[in-house]
Amino acid sequence: MNIAFTELTPIKAGEMVRKRELSVEELTKAYLKRSIALDGEINAFLRIEEEYALKSAAAVQKRIDAKEELGPLAGVPFGLKDNICTKGLETTCASRILGGFVPPYEATLMEKMSRGGAVLIGKTNMDEFAMGSTTETSYYKTTKNPWNLEHVPGGSSGGSAAAVAAREVPYAIGSDTGGSIRQPAAYCGVTGLKPTYGAVSRFGLIAYGSSLDQIGPIAPSAKDCAAILDMISGFDEKDATSMKTQFNAVAQLEGGVKDMVIGIPKSYFGEGLNGEVREIITAAIKVLTDAGAKVEEFDFSILDYAVPAYYIIASAEASSNLSRFDGVKYGFRAEDAEGLRDVYLKTRTQGFGSEVKKRIMLGAFALSSGYYDAYYNKALQVKALIKKAFDDAFAKYDMILGPVAPTTAPKIGESLKDPLAMYLSDIYTVSVNLAGLPGIALPCGFDQKGLPVGMQLIAKAFDDEKLLCAAHCYQQLTDFHRQFPALAGKGGV
Amino acid sequence: MIITDEIIDYVSSLARLDLSVEEKTKIKGEIEKIIDYMDVLNTLNTTGVEPMSHVLPVTNVFREDIVAASVPREEILANAPEVDHGAFRVPKTVE
Amino acid sequence: MSEIKYETVIGLEVHTELATASKIFCSCTTEFGGEPNTHCCPICTGMPGVLPVLNQKVVEFGIAVGLATDSEITPYGKFDRKNYFYPDLPKAFQISQLYLPICRNGVVAIEGEGFQKNIRIHEIHMEEDAGKLIHDPIFDTTHADYNRCGVPLLEIVSEPDFRSAEEVIAYLETLKAILQYLGVSDCKMQEGSLRADVNLSVRPLGQAEFGTRTEMKNINSFRSIARAIAAERKRQIELIEDGGKVIQQTRRWDDAKGVSYAMRSKEDAQDYRYFPEPDLSPVVISEEWQEEIRKGLPMLPKERKAKYMEGYGLSPYDAGIITGIKALADYFDEVNAIVGQPQEVANWLLGDFMRLAKAGEGDTFEILLSPAKLADIILMVKTNVINRNTAKEVFAAVWQEDLDPKQYVEEHDLAMVGDGDLIKDTVAKVLAANPKTVAEFKAGKEKVLGFLVGQCMKELKGKADPGTVNTLLREALK
Repeated sequence: MNIAFTELTPIKAGEMVRKRELSVEELTKAYLKRSIALDGEINAFLRIEEEYALKSAAAVQKRIDAKEELGPLAGVPFGLKDNICTKGLETTCASRILGGFVPPYEATLMEKMSRGGAVLIGKTNMDEFAMGSTTETSYYKTTKNPWNLEHVPGGSSGGSAAAVAAREVPYAIGSDTGGSIRQPAAYCGVTGLKPTYGAVSRFGLIAYGSSLDQIGPIAPSAKDCAAILDMISGFDEKDATSMKTQFNAVAQLEGGVKDMVIGIPKSYFGEGLNGEVREIITAAIKVLTDAGAKVEEFDFSILDYAVPAYYIIASAEASSNLSRFDGVKYGFRAEDAEGLRDVYLKTRTQGFGSEVKKRIMLGAFALSSGYYDAYYNKALQVKALIKKAFDDAFAKYDMILGPVAPTTAPKIGESLKDPLAMYLSDIYTVSVNLAGLPGIALPCGFDQKGLPVGMQLIAKAFDDEKLLCAAHCYQQLTDFHRQFPALAGKGGV
Repeated sequence: MIITDEIIDYVSSLARLDLSVEEKTKIKGEIEKIIDYMDVLNTLNTTGVEPMSHVLPVTNVFREDIVAASVPREEILANAPEVDHGAFRVPKTVE
Repeated sequence: MSEIKYETVIGLEVHTELATASKIFCSCTTEFGGEPNTHCCPICTGMPGVLPVLNQKVVEFGIAVGLATDSEITPYGKFDRKNYFYPDLPKAFQISQLYLPICRNGVVAIEGEGFQKNIRIHEIHMEEDAGKLIHDPIFDTTHADYNRCGVPLLEIVSEPDFRSAEEVIAYLETLKAILQYLGVSDCKMQEGSLRADVNLSVRPLGQAEFGTRTEMKNINSFRSIARAIAAERKRQIELIEDGGKVIQQTRRWDDAKGVSYAMRSKEDAQDYRYFPEPDLSPVVISEEWQEEIRKGLPMLPKERKAKYMEGYGLSPYDAGIITGIKALADYFDEVNAIVGQPQEVANWLLGDFMRLAKAGEGDTFEILLSPAKLADIILMVKTNVINRNTAKEVFAAVWQEDLDPKQYVEEHDLAMVGDGDLIKDTVAKVLAANPKTVAEFKAGKEKVLGFLVGQCMKELKGKADPGTVNTLLREALK
């Protein structure tokens, strides 16, 4: 054995392939074997695509042999959230209604990753249509938290975060509409970046809330996330909301935090926050101030309105985005339907899970005649105010720091009992999506149960590189991101 | 805001969902709680605030009027539950 | 019917398919027809995960139509989603414009027999067309073809300013001419590239408030629009007179049966849940952009008509008809550029030419004869090579296949006899053969001269100028 899986970060793996210490096939086979073995317990993957992975591996090796200039992650396997379309490979959003759907086209993200020589080994589990905070609303399976199999991995990118935490894959791609990368990353003790809205093309990402959705990386460290961001960001002519920003985050990682002014919103540390989490984050703040950052508390009371505004906007957009699943063009069609209306009703009623149906109804209600102004339009006004509050804050601060979630990962089955409480647990993440900002979750400790705690850094739009630089600085001074759950400890390549 | 059965029925009809009695009761209860919570928004004065639909200050993103090859029909229809004569087959729509 | 006189109040929603090469949000062709689902891609068939990107030409066409109808151009516009379920709409929402349409408050001047008025345009918005549903009577199912999905449309919504079917037709003809002049649409009604929904209500004459209106869809020719209006007016008046009430509803016109049917049931209350389309950025139209498009606008029907009247001395009627069809006006210009006789060209176009061209198809206007060839015919008359009657005969003969009229005249030996002696001889011969008629003429019966001219022309096989024959006859009879 050359190296343990737990030491094999994406960047390290890329280096070894480049230096020919490992072939892409060897690496891919090793991870296929490992993910198949570990996933029996964790359920991070919906489908592991062996044949596809081996074919890609061989193709990438050829390009490496031909001395093609590929990025730092060429030849490195990864997992992809199942709401991102893969040409010729089933893509379901963990929903029954998309069961068997094989897209005839590739998401722009996949095109960029293929160009960079990344090797897809499987599609990861998620909350159905990314609606949920636990990955329990998946129609197919419940993913477990590798740190404690009785707990959820978070969601909706729970499969991606769990796969990385267990080192089933070196890294994974998720999507974040209201915290769906950051929260599972925090629950699983890995690093997750939600880039600025428009930084990564959404073409091929099956929409939940189109004005909020953003694709991003989940990996062991900020440095890995920087390399992934460099590979996947940039303008896409197929996405009218993508921006002409090409990041070069890896090159700017070493700037440190000296003289950075970090704002701490008082409302982020209010009643709702678990005491242990508060202490751990307070300790993390100290690490940064010791490294030369200045910290200042500020008032951010608009936060109280973020969750309702978010759920109205996200649900409204979802109710429209998910109308296309009607049993006519693709996916599931109810068999016992008679007549057109019946096809719609039965297909959608049987094809969607309860959480999805609830949000579709909530969204249709918020847009319906008579309620539009009181709910949807009001939510758009609140969004404007939240954006302004962030603008004001970023006039003074380089960055904002806070928790990712009020607690560590809850037990499986707990959250869905009280959906409102589950929605409220998104309080620290959703405002970032409403304002289109970049946010990163990084491991900063463990509670007494041994479950990871994450902290969140938020920067102004398109300051993703600065965000990664600060996160990297923190990770140079701590080793929480190098910790791994016991079940990940064995094996290597 | 009181969520009545009529509202639930109306909205599920709009969304083309046909909920069972149990599911309806469950979803109604949850929506009630959530809407109740959302009414907190009414405590915030937003007079004169322009609703923000697009967060990025981007305008006029266009494509040129150039035709590119369409996708082969087999691929367009490959995922359809029912296909007939090169078309998606649905129950009759004539009223 | 009772003594009450009713007034009809009509508003129109005109949908026009734009003549872009590619669709509004993807690069599939907009070409009409094609095998089902062959002009499609994941975007226009509403596959999950795809995104729309706006075709710039659609905006430019929208601005052009706005300028041509004196509309206000919206400086900051947006797209909205209109949500409803139907198999012809694969995304289950149509991307349209509700809150900030591209144009507002325009006006179109119309005129016809006994009226001349301005029809106000409420708004013009950009949107995507839906697919086609084909009913299969054998298996009693429906086939969805998405070739038309995403073809760009402009919807031009008028105020309820019409009071008769004549006004409606005049407006549609004017609008159609404008759209064709701008080159933004081919306006082929039979292919659905120009469609009108008719909102109609009736009210007792003198009543200020409007009655309850119905909306009629699926009307695809001027003739059926007139029929549908007459039928719906009658239906509503009868309903009211019988003590009933008009219900606000959408009705589908069945042209074959000449009746309309109520379309949507109540459970589908039209609650479209419009909201701003998050996947498309706002459209900002600067003064500069407007100016640029304004500079590129062609001469519009109104100006061209004025030019024909003032510059060429045509009557308002002649000028109106020729400029009402862009292809006809262009043809006029080409012929006139060669012959320089505007009235003569107009006479040709409004006579046989129009009759033969229209014999083709409804609102298509096919010109088979190239302008230079019509010019040749006119010039042959002008230079006395052939006379008018021969010219008509030549025209009818060469029209269909765009034959060369000069060659035709030659081959069929139709050129006039320029030779004065031959005509004189013929006159003498005819006079000698008709002593009785000559006597009548000399007795003062002027009318018989026509008979003698006819006899001469017949003798000359029509190849003489009847004027010359006339003069020579009179001389001989002195």
